[in-house]
Amino acid sequence: MMPEPSILLVLALVLPVAGLLLALVAGGRHAGRIALLLTPVGLAVAAAIAVGVVRADEALVYHLGGWAPPLGVALRADGLSAILLLTTAAIIGATGWFARAEFRPAPGQVEGRASLAFWTLLLALWGALNLVFLGNDLFTLFVALELLTFSAVPLVCLDGRAGTIEAALRYLLFALFGSVLYLLGVVLLYGAYGTLDIGLLSDLIQREPIALAAAALMTVGLLAKTALFPLHLWLPPAHAGAPAAASAVLSALVVKASLFLIVRLWFDVMPELMNPTAAQVLGALGAAAILFGGVLALRQARLKMLIAYSTVAQIGYLFLVFPLITRPESVPLAAADLGAELVAISVSTSAWSGGVLQAVSHAFAKAAMFLAAGLIAQRLGHDRIADLGGIGRALPITVLAFGLAGMSLMGLPPSGGFAAKWLLLMATIETGQWWWSLVILGGGLLTGGYLFRVLAPVLAGASEPVTLHAPVARYRELVVLALALCSVLLGFVRLGAFDLVQIGRLTTAGMGLP
Amino acid sequence: MTLALAVDFGLALLVLAVAGWTIAVRDTFAAVIGFVAYGLLLALIWVRLAAPDVALTEAAIGSGLTGLLLLGAAARLRAIETPATAPGTALRWVAGGLCVLVAAGLAALVLWLPDPAPTLAPMAVAHLPATGLGNPVTGVLVAYRAIDTLLEAVVLLPALIGVWSLASDRCWGGAPILRYPRQDGALTLLAQVLPPFGIILGIYLCWNGADEPGGAFQGGAVLAAMWALILLAGLADAPPVSRRWLRVLLVAGSAVFLAVGLAGIWIAEAFLAYPAGYAKPLILIIEVVLTLSVAVALGLLIAGPPAEDPT
Repeated sequence: MMPEPSILLVLALVLPVAGLLLALVAGGRHAGRIALLLTPVGLAVAAAIAVGVVRADEALVYHLGGWAPPLGVALRADGLSAILLLTTAAIIGATGWFARAEFRPAPGQVEGRASLAFWTLLLALWGALNLVFLGNDLFTLFVALELLTFSAVPLVCLDGRAGTIEAALRYLLFALFGSVLYLLGVVLLYGAYGTLDIGLLSDLIQREPIALAAAALMTVGLLAKTALFPLHLWLPPAHAGAPAAASAVLSALVVKASLFLIVRLWFDVMPELMNPTAAQVLGALGAAAILFGGVLALRQARLKMLIAYSTVAQIGYLFLVFPLITRPESVPLAAADLGAELVAISVSTSAWSGGVLQAVSHAFAKAAMFLAAGLIAQRLGHDRIADLGGIGRALPITVLAFGLAGMSLMGLPPSGGFAAKWLLLMATIETGQWWWSLVILGGGLLTGGYLFRVLAPVLAGASEPVTLHAPVARYRELVVLALALCSVLLGFVRLGAFDLVQIGRLTTAGMGLP
Repeated sequence: MTLALAVDFGLALLVLAVAGWTIAVRDTFAAVIGFVAYGLLLALIWVRLAAPDVALTEAAIGSGLTGLLLLGAAARLRAIETPATAPGTALRWVAGGLCVLVAAGLAALVLWLPDPAPTLAPMAVAHLPATGLGNPVTGVLVAYRAIDTLLEAVVLLPALIGVWSLASDRCWGGAPILRYPRQDGALTLLAQVLPPFGIILGIYLCWNGADEPGGAFQGGAVLAAMWALILLAGLADAPPVSRRWLRVLLVAGSAVFLAVGLAGIWIAEAFLAYPAGYAKPLILIIEVVLTLSVAVALGLLIAGPPAEDPT
């Protein structure tokens, strides 16, 4: 019997979880080996899911235990899930290879504290992310958020210093606050509609106080986890204090998971409730994040703090998608007026594709930047921006990778970041919301400014000879370069991925319609 | 007013009073005791609301284990605790006002919920024969929504690793230390008398879970509390965290659950499905192993990071 392609969804979930169990039992050197062996398999599974979604031309659905919702729980992968699964597997895999040298037990030691914690938590994190992208039940998604929180927070303080433990504790408090609000919303929705399945819920949900209250609670909770301005306070110390490999995963992937759930909530669970005012508020917070994060990044003295504030800013772009998909005043469209309807659909697709592309290209660029910062800090023994002179000569590949990733963040052609920001700009023009284009362009200038602050001393060379610390293995530099290249090359593949992001999300195609 | 209503009314007032006292009292230990009493009263309320499964969980985890954790934290803080500087009057009013606002908002939302509430309970009961179980709550936990239970068991592992990761590098591989600093006759006596009963209760809760209220998490929590009590009294030592058998015990519950779930792809109709006729024995095996793993994980979470130099 040929198995259904949807069994792949189970595999994507089981693989990291089984890896976590194995790594914890085997311990020592084996923990890292197990993680590194599993990542290519996971990448293949994610690719197979993407192929399956394209072939089927609809979302893949799997009923766990054979129980159909509402009693049972379904896993579901649409085009967006497939893209994010692939991104996650690629970045976890690359980060794993990068971290191999850093997180192995010291010579003569059977097992190290940071080593065991890093590899097991990385696997747990991967499983949690996959469940976030596949879960189709609001409570199962809560479990995914729990798994994500408890595997992400300890990664922040792996070095055991008091400062990073404080940052981790603050992250934990914000994340748990978010979890509580999310769970409260889930409880209200179950109380009101008697189901937690996203598909069934979207049929039942109505514009009434209870649904709006649930949506507001869940959104605020998830915003705290996504670190959208002004709930970003926990992010810079946490992401900057973590070891480079952990920072890369946290900044590239973890903050996007809660954002993905906001998208699921607004576009899949309650598309009818999507309120133009709420969308404008989310967009305004995003705009504030872009400008505020950019200005603060300009003022940082340390490289990792600068990159962390850049994450605050780049998350802002993703929230511009909300106002750009729902127009401020919904133009009444007659059903017979086919031309107008087509315009409405194209409006939503460019904002939508731009948002997805921004999420993915930022993920690759930010992972590359944090890893590059880690190598620079290792070589120089510090990451003070003012004293980076001469590092371009010592680590040319790393600096090149940093520059390429920066190109994508700034939105210079032909990078993925350029294509993303271009699509968002198109959407501002198509929907007649010119004010957002000022934010996008201003954010690009700020990004250029803070990256110039880093690259200028790096390329200028040192006025006095620099003292270099531990050398860096060549393959680690190549991993960083590969991530940066992915971020740039995404600018070329966007046409191919264009169809994939739309599969399985028919509701978004009608978002522009009243 | 009927007698039942009077009891409920009294219970509600008592909960409010204990909650107020827990906030108002200045001594940390007294506040923790208040919190434990508050949890037990909440459990009684759940019983009154005909939700015995929730009541058991609230008593075992919400009150028992969390109370132990808070007691441990209070004991550690005592050494460095300074007389608390009370926040200013304005701040207290603002905090109090916000609390009232949140409580009122929640109350309004609860009143807004449709009556009768839409529920999946009849459907959960109707499909129960296929699982061979007698308790619909267990049906939800290990059959209909098995994925949630499996992953909640898995969540304990990163949480524990997170706690362990706070150890100093020197102590890695060593044992956690959870001994009450002073030898205390009453504590020793309690740790000698209570565990036999507690262990029987834990096993009963697990065994009984298939047909009556109870289950792996409640049973595991009771077992963990008994273990922690023995450790606190210094009657036994915690095992070093590097022991292979300890790691196996930790993951066994999730691993068996996962293995049965995967086997379901071939011997039943789907991942996490049970083959017809074998559902109940398989579920019992899962529950037993899961109880053990949950007990070990929760006990180690209370015991804290390894603190003993292994050499």
